[in-house]
Amino acid sequence: MKSKNKWLSAPYILWSAVFIIVPLGMILYYGLTDQTGSFTLDNITAIASAGHAKALRVSLLLSLVSTLVCFLLAYPLAMILAGVQVKRHNFIILVFILPMWMNFLLRTLAWQTLLEKNGVINHVLSFLHLPALRIINTPAAIILGMVYNFLPFMVLPLYNALSKIDTNVINAARDLGANHVYTFIRIILPLSIPGIISGITMVFIPALTTFVISSLLGGGKLLLIGDVIEQEFTRTSNWHLGSGLSMILMVFILINMVLSAIFDKDGEGSML
Amino acid sequence: MKTIAKRIYVALIILFLYAPIGILMVLSFNRSKTRAKWGGFTLHWYRALFQNEEILRALLNTLLIALLSSLIATVIGTVACIAMNGMKRRAKSVLMGITNIPMLNADIVTGISLMLLYISLGIKFGMGTILLSHITFNIPYVILSVMPRMKQLNVSTYEAALDLGSSPLHAFFKVVFPDLLPGILSGFLMAFTMSLDDFIITHFTKGVGVDTLSTKIYTEIKKGIKPEMYALSSLIFVTVLTLLVLVNLSPTDKKSSVGTLDSENASHSP
Amino acid sequence: MKKELIQLIDISKSFDGQMVLDELNLNIHENEFVTLLGPSGCGKTTTLRILGGFTSPDKGRVVFDGKEITQIPPNKRQLNTVFQKYALFTHMTIAENIAFGLKIKKKPKSYIDDKIRYALKLVNLDGYENRMPDSLSGGQQQRIAIARAIVNEPKVLLLDEPLGALDLKLRQEMQYELIRMKNELGITFVYVTHDQEEALTMSDTIVVMNQGYIQQIGSPESIYNEPENAFVADFIGESNIIPATMIEDKLVNILGTRFTCVDTGFGRNRPVDVVIRPEDVILVEPSEGIIQGVVSHLIFKGVHYEMEVQACGFEWLVHSTTLSPVGKEVGIRVDPFNIQIMNKPESEDEEAVGIEI
Repeated sequence: MKSKNKWLSAPYILWSAVFIIVPLGMILYYGLTDQTGSFTLDNITAIASAGHAKALRVSLLLSLVSTLVCFLLAYPLAMILAGVQVKRHNFIILVFILPMWMNFLLRTLAWQTLLEKNGVINHVLSFLHLPALRIINTPAAIILGMVYNFLPFMVLPLYNALSKIDTNVINAARDLGANHVYTFIRIILPLSIPGIISGITMVFIPALTTFVISSLLGGGKLLLIGDVIEQEFTRTSNWHLGSGLSMILMVFILINMVLSAIFDKDGEGSML
Repeated sequence: MKTIAKRIYVALIILFLYAPIGILMVLSFNRSKTRAKWGGFTLHWYRALFQNEEILRALLNTLLIALLSSLIATVIGTVACIAMNGMKRRAKSVLMGITNIPMLNADIVTGISLMLLYISLGIKFGMGTILLSHITFNIPYVILSVMPRMKQLNVSTYEAALDLGSSPLHAFFKVVFPDLLPGILSGFLMAFTMSLDDFIITHFTKGVGVDTLSTKIYTEIKKGIKPEMYALSSLIFVTVLTLLVLVNLSPTDKKSSVGTLDSENASHSP
Repeated sequence: MKKELIQLIDISKSFDGQMVLDELNLNIHENEFVTLLGPSGCGKTTTLRILGGFTSPDKGRVVFDGKEITQIPPNKRQLNTVFQKYALFTHMTIAENIAFGLKIKKKPKSYIDDKIRYALKLVNLDGYENRMPDSLSGGQQQRIAIARAIVNEPKVLLLDEPLGALDLKLRQEMQYELIRMKNELGITFVYVTHDQEEALTMSDTIVVMNQGYIQQIGSPESIYNEPENAFVADFIGESNIIPATMIEDKLVNILGTRFTCVDTGFGRNRPVDVVIRPEDVILVEPSEGIIQGVVSHLIFKGVHYEMEVQACGFEWLVHSTTLSPVGKEVGIRVDPFNIQIMNKPESEDEEAVGIEI
């Protein structure tokens, strides 16, 4: 089964060359040239302009916060789920993938209805005599939208990594005198690092680069870096500038890839 | 007490994930056209849905793209896994690294890069470009779910089949393929789901006049969403839910869920 | 008699409605090597987990050194465990693994370093401090797991099939190592295994378990030579278990022939089972035997020949250093003190004879 079938890899190698490597090369080409085709760094330094820099700053801030929120919500959840019997594994994964069968834009839109001043949540809150929630069209709503959309991508790698930890390893720590907190800090947390890194990557990158959530829930008041790039391609048609700004994003992606390569050598933090 | 707290926590998260879906389903029965008000129960939007050719066309496009792209990605991905299994370590890890790019890369960057590729190759934008793009981002999902199965594969069963006189191809389909099948199926399902849910990459690689459900919704957002969309989404969701429940309750699954008799070795977490 | 260190009193435990332990009582003494032996599912691992504090019993009490510890969590118990698949912390070096328990106890660094060196020496792995667990062989990881447990100076070391994953030769070496360590440390070992040879080699006391009940407690010699019921006889070593009738004291009817034996007190004309070990069946000329038969199978086993002899409608298993070819007519003799008389199974737990392991 080995060696003989080397040609079997040809279709995939060809496919990745044409549809993964070459397109990235195109971005580099466009990003480093101007309309006339001559070399320039202007498209990249354009990030320093006030508008672009602000968009990047806001994007970084919002995506960092949502990644953190996702992590804090998902870790306890993944720990609870990892304690459930193994035979439920597929079911648990399904619960978190199933919402994706309802269109992502519609689901995000539904949050408008939920969050509105006279929306469902505020009806429930006033029924409970609690103060109303006024976050629609604010950065908080954008963060909520990001957390909502990307939470499964944090839960699944964490769940996967945590359920791989041998219960006897945890028992061993307890046996050697560690209390619950110490066991968590010294054993469970370090052993779940591949899942943590993978989860952070899977949430941070989409959150950093999204361009619809802010216009749906943020009221279009905040421009994120994703919105800027999208506009360069679809409205202003300055592909060179758009590519240059994309290259900035790719730096963050690259950092993430390096991190996953270091901490997750065997792909243990994968989603499935 | 502790278990109750755990259950409440899980329930809250699930409520968080499914509440918007519930809202959309409620809206699909809403007589009022605006999302803000409940105007009474109606099935009107479900009837209107089947007369709305634009939406039906977008649905057809979406399903066609999802089905074709996930099928093709499954074939390419599975073959790639088999090929990679026989590769040298170095070559394999390089290829796996490339495989990870579309997964780790931002959708917007992937979308833009593919758009630039199609333009420079002079490929006409339309269903074809959407399909090519979806295959590209679907392959990694297939590879990532088949690869672990590949690693667990017992090579001796394949060799045993050869030893017993079967041809390599026959041995593959009779012995290796069934072992890989669960991975292949979950890869396919994952790819199908991702393709169905994709908006960003389709947004950049579709032509004028060609729409999938996501891009159709995106254009409608500005003009106001037609409630038929809620009806359609609800139908899709309920269909999938029903299918999954049926699959999960099928007797083949029961066999594995009958508890192991050897309770000695079962780990009982606190 | 040595001091009693651990008492398990009326311990019951079931998982998903299935009874795993049923009112188990067991006393373990100081400085004793106790082995819990039985087929998988017999409750031995559950017993160990209850001792370690990883499972709490549905009913019953665990008493350690005079104090009840039933509800005490594992980190507060003066016992340490060596787990089945070692359960080393893969993200820590060998030294960090061994130091784990000592750091929790806030021991000074110099003390910890000394302990690490001492423990590694004890398990013959000097100089492995900075290696990672993954770079070690199974046998070496096993030794580290032992080292990690013993540096905490537990009064009792619990070992859950620690040699199960090792190959035969390594397993035998480790058996001697464990006996040596036990003698050097002077602590109690509670050892779980399904391997009867391992149990016979290492233990001071063997506890044979089946289906949640203790079948017999005794020294290796007494368990082997005087099994109390057919399950024990069948599980420990190979044996001929033959239904028979006790005619009177020291006289038993086996397959229609009277044999003299040494057992008394079974009453008159009582149905019993007799156990005769294959090496105790002596093949002689037909005229000199108590019964006569024909050799039906012959296998060379290295140390001895294994033969099957058809006699009186029973297939006798015989181990002998002298060869008798297939088809040869032979006589069978058994010395009276090698005939072990056992009561017929009465209680539910003894009926489990037919279990294949």
